[in-house]
Amino acid sequence: MARSNRERWLVVAIPYLWLAALFLVPFFIVFKISLSQDVTAQPPYEPVFDLSGGWDVIRDALGQLNFDNYSYVLSWDNEFLMAYVSSLKIAAISTFLLLLVGYPIAYAMARAPKSIRPTLLMLVILPFWTSFLIRVYSWIGILSPEGLLNQFLSWLGAIDQPLELLNTDTAVYIGIVYSYLPFMILPLYSALEKMDETLLEAAADLGCPPLAAFWKITWPLSLPGVFAGCLLCFIPAVGEFVIPDLLGGSDTMMIGKSLWTEFSVNRSWTVASAVAVLLLIVLVVPIVFYQNIQQRQMEGR
Amino acid sequence: MRKGFSAFNVTALVLGFTFLYVPILLLVIYSFNASRLVTVWGGFSTEWYWKLLENDQLLDAAWVTLRVAFISASVATVLGTLAAIALTRYGRFTGRTLFSGMIYAPLVMPDVITGLSLLLLFVAVNFDRGFWTITLAHITFTMCFVCVVVQSRLVTFDRSLEEAALDLGCPPLRTFFVITLPIILPAVVSGWMLAFTLSLDDLVIASFTTGPGATTLPMRIYSQVRLGVTPEINAICTILIAIVTVVVVSASIVTKRQEIERQKAERLAAAGVME
Amino acid sequence: MSSGVAEKTQTTIGGIRRTFAPWTDPSAVHLIRYRNVTKRFGSFTAVDDLSLDIYEREFFALLGPSGCGKTTLMRMLAGFEEPTSGQITLAGEDLVGTPPYRRPVNMMFQSYALFPHMSVWDNIAFGLKQDGMGKPDIAVRVEEMLRLVKLEAFARRKPHQLSGGQRQRVALARSLAKRPKVLLLDEPLGALDKKLREETQFELMDIQMKLGMTFLIVTHDQEEAMTVADRIAVMDHGKLIQVAPPAVIYEQPASRYVAGFVGDVNLMAGRVESNQNGLVTVRTGSGGDSAGMRLAVAQEVQTGAGDEVWVAVRPEKVRVDREPPADTNVNCVSGEVWDIGYLGDLSVYHIELADGTRVKAVRPNLTRMVERPITWEDKVWVSWTPDAGVVLTR
Repeated sequence: MARSNRERWLVVAIPYLWLAALFLVPFFIVFKISLSQDVTAQPPYEPVFDLSGGWDVIRDALGQLNFDNYSYVLSWDNEFLMAYVSSLKIAAISTFLLLLVGYPIAYAMARAPKSIRPTLLMLVILPFWTSFLIRVYSWIGILSPEGLLNQFLSWLGAIDQPLELLNTDTAVYIGIVYSYLPFMILPLYSALEKMDETLLEAAADLGCPPLAAFWKITWPLSLPGVFAGCLLCFIPAVGEFVIPDLLGGSDTMMIGKSLWTEFSVNRSWTVASAVAVLLLIVLVVPIVFYQNIQQRQMEGR
Repeated sequence: MRKGFSAFNVTALVLGFTFLYVPILLLVIYSFNASRLVTVWGGFSTEWYWKLLENDQLLDAAWVTLRVAFISASVATVLGTLAAIALTRYGRFTGRTLFSGMIYAPLVMPDVITGLSLLLLFVAVNFDRGFWTITLAHITFTMCFVCVVVQSRLVTFDRSLEEAALDLGCPPLRTFFVITLPIILPAVVSGWMLAFTLSLDDLVIASFTTGPGATTLPMRIYSQVRLGVTPEINAICTILIAIVTVVVVSASIVTKRQEIERQKAERLAAAGVME
Repeated sequence: MSSGVAEKTQTTIGGIRRTFAPWTDPSAVHLIRYRNVTKRFGSFTAVDDLSLDIYEREFFALLGPSGCGKTTLMRMLAGFEEPTSGQITLAGEDLVGTPPYRRPVNMMFQSYALFPHMSVWDNIAFGLKQDGMGKPDIAVRVEEMLRLVKLEAFARRKPHQLSGGQRQRVALARSLAKRPKVLLLDEPLGALDKKLREETQFELMDIQMKLGMTFLIVTHDQEEAMTVADRIAVMDHGKLIQVAPPAVIYEQPASRYVAGFVGDVNLMAGRVESNQNGLVTVRTGSGGDSAGMRLAVAQEVQTGAGDEVWVAVRPEKVRVDREPPADTNVNCVSGEVWDIGYLGDLSVYHIELADGTRVKAVRPNLTRMVERPITWEDKVWVSWTPDAGVVLTR
């Protein structure tokens, strides 16, 4: 099959080079710029490597690189560290809530009659196809002080003062749980659906009551789905920007928002890069975990 | 046997789907609100839809978005399918771990990192930012989603189908086009649809990589949303939701009908009625 | 089963019974030749320095357990695997390096591999189109193939609208359509139920005879191999253990492995006492002392006194009597019925001998008697003639 080697090479090389150029190389550029300084120019940072300038110019430029942005970001005086911690906290709590909400739904879907399962699956996926921005936006009208939720609650007589929901961390949790829910349900569902139901019958036959059977049989067998779903929600949630920006308050700190502010309001590309590099370092372990799960799922035989 | 579909399960599904759909439904309902105050019902009206037609900015943005989504989804489908073939068919090749890492990482990478890094790349190579930089950025992150969709179809693909074609004298490249591609086509099409909607949907990466003159619909919606809820935004959201719903539901009805036909034929064949 | 096997190597052509055995004819020219072929996958050796000749018009079976290398051997002929070393020739032409789509062999796949998006007609025409055959010629050939497999009425069906047996026949028609020099069949009947499988075996033999083609079949089912093949190659761990016609494989297995893999067998270990005038006497048991049984085998075999050997006796050749047989005292021992398996047509008796050895005997149930004369825990005598057993040296 030596003749088809060239085709093979092309099939691998085209996507490989594309991703190397547009996914891998940019990280090195981000790292380099995180070591540079802001200037009012185009591009708004220096040094700019001018390869035509020869070795001396490059060495000179290399000498200008330093870790000043990192000491700025990592200083307790600036709120970045708090934002990292708060992002991890918000993402972790949201992921836990997602699991709590998503697991019963996925479980019920997997145990539903076979004939309606595709329909249920479509109903879960459908919101995912509609715009993320729209779904977040829809909560503004619900959570605002004069919003639909407060109207509903006061109509019930449950409250006499409107609840402060919009622009709080609670709203951020609701937003994240709402928009990430399909990402949690789908891996859970595929893990639970694969499960052989006769296992539970065998457990019952051997004298195990249903709740114990759930913890001893169903839950351990669904763990791959649990891990996949949690990572699929946790990692992007840490860097989430739109949800805290639209639903969170001024005291809701998330690192994605800080990065965006640094980039678009303060116009400091170098600090934004340093924030991005540090965020990537924080996320590298869960990302590698996720990749292993994904790889095992796709290639595990 | 199927006594497992208990009250608990029904409750979980009802509550779950209520949570998923009520916000969207409210949004749709209030797009027909005659009152400008979005939280007070002032009677039925389609006024805001007509207003949309006069909003050139929004229409322009929609047109840019559609073009970006169409081009990027199409290129991403080609690249993602190639990547899926490379990952499922070529076993271990040099740099495979890096390759699969570059495929799976963008699926979870926070948008702000992807957006910023692509922007800095475009600046570093002095590429004029605008329509094409958004398109390139969208190709890059959506091709990974296409790859995963196609890959999950390819792992269950019976390779002896390709071997049979080779065995009957069909060269490899032609085998791909007459055997492999037609069979995996549904996965490729849903990969394309996924890439298309992801591109339509993207705000953060587009905001980073855009330049003067290229504003996408999410960017336009976002800048208006920050100023507060307006019925016009509800109206445009409703239109987007309607389009997506019609496409997704009709696609799934078509596949469902094919599946039913297929099962019927298989049952008849198994019962020997057709012999 | 074995009665039909004896005549399998004879074909009737023009009313004259003629023996088809090119492998015994030194002037016969081989069609396929494997020469010192080795195939390794990483550190695993699938095929190990193997040489084999297959002749034109032969129905040749590769038989062995899964993982023995039989499928790899076939896939190297089709071109899906390249040998690590060695040579494969087809009609004198070296095949190594030729891609599968340029080889004049076709394969019928275990999964059938019917193209799901094409009709039966298009599936069968696929290979002909690749050759650039003209449309009218393709139509003629496809019709001919459909007639051959009796599927004329199903030409427009898609594969999923067919039953398992029909799919199998489409796969066969598709692989025959190009008139390949060799047809490769990879477990072709594995997915069919037992009854259909037996019918199809005879259909396959019919088609092979009608078309005068060379068939190479891979199977793990020994009955299937015995039924269809002119010669069988028994494989294990990438090596050929024995290559011979079915009757020889069954009656004169080359080793304990072959004897055990093809059919059921009683194996008794022992040492040769004497080997004279075509009669071998073996003392069973490991010690070689006088404790074991003394067995006589009428066989020409290269072995001498004191050699460690095994005596193999097929269960249907073992006689069971309630009284000591009057006519013989060779190979005759007493024992007790330990278990009986009633299969309807046959009964299987497990008899425990005095030294603890268990011997299996199969008796046809010739009458409609419900109560068999021999039952559990009966004292019985088992015996077999000297030409029933065979001495195995490995």
